[in-house]
Amino acid sequence: MRWTRTLLVSIALVLATSFAMAKGVYLSPQEFLQQSFGSFSQGSQALWLDDADKQQAKAIFHRDYVGFRVRYWQDGQKTAWILNDIGKTRPITFGVVVTGDQIENVTVLEFRESRGSEIRHPFFTEQFVGLTLAGEGADLNDSVDGITGATLSVRAATRVARFALYLSTRVTGNTQARLDE
Amino acid sequence: MKRPLITMSIVGLLALFAGFAHSAEDEVTMAEIMILLKAQQAEIEQLKQQLANTNQKVEATAGAVETVASTTESYAKVADWADKTHLGGYGELHYNDKENGKTDEVDNHRFVVFVEHEFSDEVRFVSEVELEHSISGEGQNGEVEVEQAYIEWDFAKHHSATFGQFLLPVGIINETHEPDSFYGVERNPVEKNIIPATWWEAGVKLHGEIATGLSYDFAVHSGLETDINGSKAFDIRGGREKVSKASAEDFAYTGRIKYTGVAGLELALAVQYQEDIAQGLGADEANALFWESHFVYQTGDFALRGLYASWDIDGDEAEFFGRDEQDGWYIEPSYRLTPKLGFFARYSEWDVEAGGSADTEIEQIDLGLNYWLVENVVFKMDWADQSNGDGDSFNLGLGWSF
Repeated sequence: MRWTRTLLVSIALVLATSFAMAKGVYLSPQEFLQQSFGSFSQGSQALWLDDADKQQAKAIFHRDYVGFRVRYWQDGQKTAWILNDIGKTRPITFGVVVTGDQIENVTVLEFRESRGSEIRHPFFTEQFVGLTLAGEGADLNDSVDGITGATLSVRAATRVARFALYLSTRVTGNTQARLDE
Repeated sequence: MKRPLITMSIVGLLALFAGFAHSAEDEVTMAEIMILLKAQQAEIEQLKQQLANTNQKVEATAGAVETVASTTESYAKVADWADKTHLGGYGELHYNDKENGKTDEVDNHRFVVFVEHEFSDEVRFVSEVELEHSISGEGQNGEVEVEQAYIEWDFAKHHSATFGQFLLPVGIINETHEPDSFYGVERNPVEKNIIPATWWEAGVKLHGEIATGLSYDFAVHSGLETDINGSKAFDIRGGREKVSKASAEDFAYTGRIKYTGVAGLELALAVQYQEDIAQGLGADEANALFWESHFVYQTGDFALRGLYASWDIDGDEAEFFGRDEQDGWYIEPSYRLTPKLGFFARYSEWDVEAGGSADTEIEQIDLGLNYWLVENVVFKMDWADQSNGDGDSFNLGLGWSF
């Protein structure tokens, strides 16, 4: 069996060196905005976070939110947000579009972790379409089925979706009251 | 050059003004003009002094900033290292109230530390060190084990190669076994005795995604070394060499195809070929073929998982002990009543002497619950009831991971 072993190791190494290098950038922010708004080309706006916003961010992310403001794009009742959250060790960049009080889509723009990139597939992200906020903890109104082996990335996507929904209520005023008030 | 010009301009203007004012009733005298000029000159001198003071302060500030910057540079190197190095871990404490005359136990079953370091975006080191049963050393119950220590290289988008000591891509819990990720205080008996989890070897592994949700693993690695005589002859779990001065006369090959293309679903099929699980110690070559397949399905609050695994070992010696065939399966439904509280049931069957004529198959029913205090801290409770075995017990557990 020695020849088999040598052959298999050789094949593995040849395969390993035959692929081109690449990292996980799936969509640029410009492409995401183009897809979200079409020809709409208004610049970004900034939402300055007050204490209540930061408390809500901490409740969702379980850590202090770094930064004073969040940039967003708005066309009437439609808002788009580009947000990061860490799955295991590296930030994952998501684009989230909210129309009214519902998620229109969640897109993985850049994935930097070594595992869990399966969350970029539509079979996962489509679960967020139409979800809204429910309850005092800014939870989603329906559960999102996970992906085995990508649990931490799934959690990051869920947190970002919740935060984008919360932020959209701040700029469009689509909920009766702020969730933490 | 500017000051004389300004002064001349002022004097000229004053002269004009003086000429014009000479005819005016409220004329300004030259004495008054001189007083005004002196006052302005004094103010200019004062401003010059203030400017000099300000320059001194700017210089001092710049010096301080440069000092901080040079000091920060050394901190930045530390911060950069820390940013690329990650710590993690998990642990589980168990209480086992055992039936059938066995002694009840409290056991700090596992205390595990992960250390990972990223050399670059594509190359990283991953390790896992475990202390089992609290104390290791001669005459102690526990042991210190390096479960993983490997270099992982992302050689292409969605493809990676692993070199070193790694967990084999088989079963549900072999690669992911943080206590908050599964039900039951103890790991399920089928994966423990048949697979046998936790199972690591040294070698080379390729992993990648070839279509949406479809991934492959292929590994060439060190093999098992089982006893060939006595009660542990051809015992798969006892045959793990744990990469500790392990015999490397005969290797093994593992392949797995996994599908996760539907949210909440995992389907996997793994196969492994061992050249000789006795590493040449037996009279004949005990090559072995291992099959494992499983599914995991979670929809909303309901989840279901099931697994089947089997060994087929060649050679008269393995057949003599009835261990030429070993297999087992289990099925586990569970339901989350709330995000924090879940219940499960599990039915398991396994037989490590399935090739023999005696009835050696053990059946086990588990019932229990998990309560997640937070996502990564769990309290567990379950009852295990065995048929044809003596492992009945009531168990409590505390688990955590980060």
